[in-house]
Amino acid sequence: MSNIIDLSLSELVSNIKNKKISSNEATSAYVERSKKSRSLNAYNEETFDSALKKSTEFDSKPDLNKKLPGVPIAVKDLFCTKNVKTTASSKILNNFIPTYESTVTKNLWNDGAILLGKLNCDEFAMGSSNETSYFGNVISPIDKDLVPGGSSGGSASALAAKLTPATIGTDTGGSIRQPASFTGTVGLKPTYGSCSRYGIVAFASSLDQAGPMTRNVKDAALLLEVMSSFDNNDSTSVDFKRPMYSNDLSKNIKGKKIGIPKEYRVEGMSEEIEKLWEDGKKYLKDCGAEIIDVSLPHTKFALPTYYIVAPAEASSNLARYDGVKYGFRTEGDNLIDMYEKTRSAGFGDEVKRRIMIGTYVLSSGYYDAYYLKAQKVRRLIKNDFNNVFQKVDAILTPSTPSSAFKIGEKSNDPVSMYLNDIFTVPVNLAGLPGISIPAGLDKKGYPLGIQIIGKSFDEQNILNIAYSMEDKINFKFNLKEWWMNE
Amino acid sequence: MSIDLKTVKHISKLSRISLDEEKAKKLESDLNSIFKWIEQLNELKTENIEPLSSIVEAKLRLRKDEIKSKNIREEILKNSPDENKDFFVVPKVVE
Repeated sequence: MSNIIDLSLSELVSNIKNKKISSNEATSAYVERSKKSRSLNAYNEETFDSALKKSTEFDSKPDLNKKLPGVPIAVKDLFCTKNVKTTASSKILNNFIPTYESTVTKNLWNDGAILLGKLNCDEFAMGSSNETSYFGNVISPIDKDLVPGGSSGGSASALAAKLTPATIGTDTGGSIRQPASFTGTVGLKPTYGSCSRYGIVAFASSLDQAGPMTRNVKDAALLLEVMSSFDNNDSTSVDFKRPMYSNDLSKNIKGKKIGIPKEYRVEGMSEEIEKLWEDGKKYLKDCGAEIIDVSLPHTKFALPTYYIVAPAEASSNLARYDGVKYGFRTEGDNLIDMYEKTRSAGFGDEVKRRIMIGTYVLSSGYYDAYYLKAQKVRRLIKNDFNNVFQKVDAILTPSTPSSAFKIGEKSNDPVSMYLNDIFTVPVNLAGLPGISIPAGLDKKGYPLGIQIIGKSFDEQNILNIAYSMEDKINFKFNLKEWWMNE
Repeated sequence: MSIDLKTVKHISKLSRISLDEEKAKKLESDLNSIFKWIEQLNELKTENIEPLSSIVEAKLRLRKDEIKSKNIREEILKNSPDENKDFFVVPKVVE
């Protein structure tokens, strides 16, 4: 049998169910490998000892009917985990130990999974490179100079380096799909309202969604099935009949209509991306799908709209960090002075920048010109998708405008960093599901992803399309384990 | 529309984030380049467009107003940054 760490999540689950591998064997394998991989800086908090203990407990009384029986999983450090430090990679939450569990992680543990640790991310999930983390940037296992993407950079790095069989991230403007694309992994952002936001450190509440990050499409279907639930603790959670995504997974996409939006052919896009998009169309045709050219005319306005809406919501959400009830505090001469010093010392530069943008666009005299304007354009962007989905079942686009960039390459130019999310942000603004799957390599040998966007709550459809394409693409990346120390 | 240093300092006050002069100047330049890029939204006519504030446009659910968690005082106070775990402590507000 192959090594435990080389098994996909679904394979590991079936091996545990068939009693070929115990939970403790699996957990030990991942703990050992994670310990040898600290140079990637993927973990903010390791819970290895308690994971090993829980795995032994599981093996003594195994419930093999669970969907993730005794499976160790590391999660993004944005999910509140009861009695385990949760920092959102910020100094201001550096000492925060939640007394409750997020709904999404609770769903994982209820289905048998075991927490391996908390994974690094951009501070408050604000970033596209994992360079804004208070705990330092994460290294990509693809190459030592490369960012893993962000904000779920620790999740992507840990997944690609096989430090966890699968992981979960959050996606506000591309934070699951972009790092998945950069690291040759699969990332799914579900429809807004599918996974509960309860217990996830809030960034932009009308955009945030949690989703699976996995080694293949089947694993993503399985993990989504476990994560997604209706939750009274989230007022925007949607009560719909959730399919058994992994059981219903099918490669039959005959007759499906796939839209190719012309506005996603942006200036300066590399030949390789152009080619993998063309290949994608061909694969879909081979599967019996029909390719249709479509138009999403307001695409270019999505990013500026996002950079009003998301900071506005963030400035409001992050007002709670005042040094009073939890988190870090700097003493001051009076209450206001304490607030100002606490927030100045507790937040990093990118977070401050976004709070300032948000405060400005919501401030008296500017609200109509910026915030209200952005909400109106958001409607136009959503209408674009509504119109296109009258004609097609899904949309195929590249996931990112380029492969992973180098550490430090974009960190001094906010706008060029923001442009990285050009293909992912519209999906969040419209609340739709999108999945990125690895599609090929660029000239430098770095992974590139392709994105499939679906109608609201039509995850099964985009999973099926991705599942069909995955076979044809047959993505291979020769992972050299350069970061491991023995 | 450009953002001057005075405006940056005003926003920093509103945001309750203290800034030194150097940071304020850096932010002035960052914010100007970001807003210059954002201004492209003005190309669009949006007079008759209904603003979209939430993707889930169904009516918010109503629920009974009932107590679900009891005796969690300690849990609530556990993460207080002050030594005193009986109350949230702040600098003196009333003279």
